[in-house]
Amino acid sequence: MSAVNTPVRGVTRAPAAGRPWRARAGAVVPHVILLAYVVVACGPIALIVMNSLKSREAIFEGPFVFPTPDTFDLAGFETVFTRARFELYFLNSFIVTVGTVFLVLLLGSMAAFALAEYRFAGITLLSMYLAVGIMIPIRLGTVGILDLMVRLGLVNSLAGLVLVYTAMGLPLAVFVLTAFFKQVPGDLKDAARIDGASEYRVYALAVPLVRPGLAAIGVYTMLPIWNDLWFPLILTPSENVRTVTLGTQLFLGQFITDWNAVLAVLTLAALPMLALFIIFSRQFVRGLTSGAVK
Amino acid sequence: MSRLRTTSQPAGTSAGTTTASTEAVPPAGPVARSRRRRFPTHLVVFIAPAAAIYTVFMVYPLLDSLRLSMFAPRDGVQVFVGLDNFVHLLTDDLLSDAFWNAVWNNLVFFAVHFLVQNPIGLLLAALLATPTLSGRGTYRTLLFLPTTLSVVIVGFIWQLIISPVWGFVDTPLLGQSSTALVTLALMSVWQYIGIPMILFYAVLISIPDELTEAATVDGASAWTTFWRVKFPLLLPTVGIVSVVTYVANMNAFDLIYTVKGALAGPDFASDIMGTFFFRTFFGFQLQQGSSTMGATVATMMFLLILAGVLLYFYGWQRRVESYEL
Amino acid sequence: MSNRLGWLAPAAGAVLVLAACGESVDPRDNTDAADSEDTGGGGQVTLLMESWRNDDLAIWEDVILPAFHEQHPDIQVNFQPTAPDEYDAALDAKLSGGTAGDLITCRPFDVALRLYEEGHLAPLTDLEGMEAFDDVARSAWSTDDGSQTFCVPMASVIHGFLYNTEIFDELGITPPETEEQFHEVLDQIAADGSYSPLVMGTADQWEAATMGLQNIGPNYWNGETGRQGLIDGTESFDDEQYVAAFTELASWADYLPDGYESTTYPDAQNLFTLGRGAIFPAGSWEIALFNEQADFEMAAFPPPLPEGQDTCYISDHTDIGIGMNAATDHPEEARTFLEWTTSAEFADLYANSLPGFFPMSDHDVEVDDPLAQEFLNWRDECESTIRNSYQILSRGEPNLENQLWDLSAQLLNGTVEPQEAAARAQDGLERWYQPQQP
Repeated sequence: MSAVNTPVRGVTRAPAAGRPWRARAGAVVPHVILLAYVVVACGPIALIVMNSLKSREAIFEGPFVFPTPDTFDLAGFETVFTRARFELYFLNSFIVTVGTVFLVLLLGSMAAFALAEYRFAGITLLSMYLAVGIMIPIRLGTVGILDLMVRLGLVNSLAGLVLVYTAMGLPLAVFVLTAFFKQVPGDLKDAARIDGASEYRVYALAVPLVRPGLAAIGVYTMLPIWNDLWFPLILTPSENVRTVTLGTQLFLGQFITDWNAVLAVLTLAALPMLALFIIFSRQFVRGLTSGAVK
Repeated sequence: MSRLRTTSQPAGTSAGTTTASTEAVPPAGPVARSRRRRFPTHLVVFIAPAAAIYTVFMVYPLLDSLRLSMFAPRDGVQVFVGLDNFVHLLTDDLLSDAFWNAVWNNLVFFAVHFLVQNPIGLLLAALLATPTLSGRGTYRTLLFLPTTLSVVIVGFIWQLIISPVWGFVDTPLLGQSSTALVTLALMSVWQYIGIPMILFYAVLISIPDELTEAATVDGASAWTTFWRVKFPLLLPTVGIVSVVTYVANMNAFDLIYTVKGALAGPDFASDIMGTFFFRTFFGFQLQQGSSTMGATVATMMFLLILAGVLLYFYGWQRRVESYEL
Repeated sequence: MSNRLGWLAPAAGAVLVLAACGESVDPRDNTDAADSEDTGGGGQVTLLMESWRNDDLAIWEDVILPAFHEQHPDIQVNFQPTAPDEYDAALDAKLSGGTAGDLITCRPFDVALRLYEEGHLAPLTDLEGMEAFDDVARSAWSTDDGSQTFCVPMASVIHGFLYNTEIFDELGITPPETEEQFHEVLDQIAADGSYSPLVMGTADQWEAATMGLQNIGPNYWNGETGRQGLIDGTESFDDEQYVAAFTELASWADYLPDGYESTTYPDAQNLFTLGRGAIFPAGSWEIALFNEQADFEMAAFPPPLPEGQDTCYISDHTDIGIGMNAATDHPEEARTFLEWTTSAEFADLYANSLPGFFPMSDHDVEVDDPLAQEFLNWRDECESTIRNSYQILSRGEPNLENQLWDLSAQLLNGTVEPQEAAARAQDGLERWYQPQQP
């Protein structure tokens, strides 16, 4: 992380040094503004999590009060797990998300490697063909996708979702990873080739070098998939293949007056992605700012 | 799109060359060899799976939707009707009113994003890029957190916070025609502001020292330096963020569906293309849906998106890049 | 509850498309149906019952079905609900794929009618016991000319007003009988200032139409007379009785909670059960939930009579029916079960295990829940009708039901005048509905 800011460090400090009070103000003001926005960004999330741990009366009486031993209540979570199969929804979302991210990264990096590494007839056309998808939301093809899924017998199957999401994620992955692969030093690949490595081997050698790109694409692919409501609503409404987001939406429809349950279900739906992001945020940002890090 | 430019571009600039440098000439060796050698099986192996999935599950359905927009059911079978559906959509006073209302609302929805997320995203990014800032990583993560939430959660939280019954605000912001759409747009900005912020941030920290040093040596204040030196370098990213936001907004649906339902009230004040498409395609309550009319609406959405993207390429991007040089 | 069932249903449309192709069958359902078809070898037949009432699972399994099994040990009925939001979609797919259950719970009017017209529901016109239902009850599951009936009417829901008796006692108010008294009561509660006189919001739109307009409207358009009049084209929405109904609805705006424009249905439910409001324009389906959540006594009154009106009308909306899958392997047994659902015994069991859902047969049923019984008593005093937008009138564009949601919400929000709302509803009908075209 510190590597990120070294290039700029010290530049603007020089003029400020002569005016210590301004320097001090200059150091405090960013924190004040950033902290204020952190409250705006995270306050609502904290509110949900906090209230999900309280009793119904306590939620209505003091929504902005932390749970105390008196008001602590897990009734909402009990309702969620007795009335809906959330553990199953989590598994479904997990399978879909991991499956898609894996396919997008694998297939995307393969295609990107080829586009960056070789020159062949029609390469520009092919690159453009693959890139067009970045600009066109796949949702516009919903009519056709539904029709196709019916014919393939993939309605109400997780595989159907994975395939659609993969198609949705690939254009950007190919585009971005191509740029990353182009930055991989040629010497390394040439050396491998001289040693008699196959092109597949060269690809395997190059992939670890674009890890920041893979991380950024991974996170960027993962978020909308985990949170998508549209395709689960249309392609997989069945109970046994329902995802967390759809499960949450339907649960809200059914138990909307049971605020304990509602807050608990929202907390449950939010936590996995929050946790994953907190763990991977450094890799994600590094992927996005990789040029600067180098 | 956005990722390419922002990831590759800083690399180019920090290397002290123009942005075009990422398009660097690929190593000559393997290229030459792969051209001469036997049939390039590996090429097919590398590209075919991605191209196949993309073609079958994205391109084909999109084309199929285009095709379907030129059909209509007649006595139980779908027959080719040419552009009749489009004529109907644009001339039938009932449908065209709803359609243009959705288009207009969608543009307002985008305008709010454009006007709010750019300044705030820029401010946060600039603060994050302050060289002496401590706790930068923590800030970055926390500020990005709302982006990881699902709209179902975002919708519920904000409905609660601004509810006159339970929350802080006395005005029924989501219940008035005049405020509902803007309020929904602001919720959406709240959720996605992390993305422009991170992208601006990436550009800011990649600006080479020499550029800012030169300015400060000339006696410019940090403020002037920012606007004179850094801001022009940010403009291409502002453009990319905006066009990506435009595409996302034109096909937004989840938030409004979650908060206002498919009828997007009051009086369709928050009806955007996504909800209009949904009702046309699937129907609502006692209203029957129509897949052909749905495909027609989808095609119009596609054309609007295309128009926006072309406008960006030929208007903004060209101008900004020439300015940059 | 009843109204929440369908409103997320647009997903249903997804499977309308699927249904046409008939391949999109959840493999799990396939095995379910296959397993249950011919299990019990010793002459016992198992029937599978499709339903969206997943909340009622325990009641069917523990109370209703055992009573049937006792009389018919050779028939085993299994209740297998799907969540309400996806019921129509899933059912469509199963029917097309040939894997649906033997007994089908029917949505009212056009949804079920379409299933019948597509040949998925068997005609039940000559079913023994069907005579226990009058024309209004049967109309929800009959062809437009009334010649064929395809589902046994199971339950209806009644509109009216629930009130918090503690607040009424505290303020010394008695339930109003006329509209004038109703407004006096509302003014009195408003003047006191401690409670919202009427608890309802317009954010979700359907409450305004369903618990508002369709609740009080029948008193204005004389129930069935007006509903049939609209269908026949002898009455129109800009007639004075409809304008008067819209006007009365619009007058509620002064008595709704602050910020009602963004108050959702669940917000309103919570406000009322937390004791912050006095009167809740309701459907009888609220009873079970409110009994559980409210810690005060509740009572109910029917829609107050407008001036000069002496007959009262109530919206007794047909909501649930039960029919037979035309493709069932056991039509005899299925009919046996359906005949049982027309009996007094079934009516009694059903009404008492699910307070707020009322049987529609002409058997005298004593409902134990006092609140539900209050609603039920109105049937003796008042004329029953159903929501006027449900039959036939919502088949075209613009969709009348959607329009009434929008207009009712706007009336309360003050963004449209009653006269204009009436004109717009009428314009909408005239656009496509031939009998209404001048």
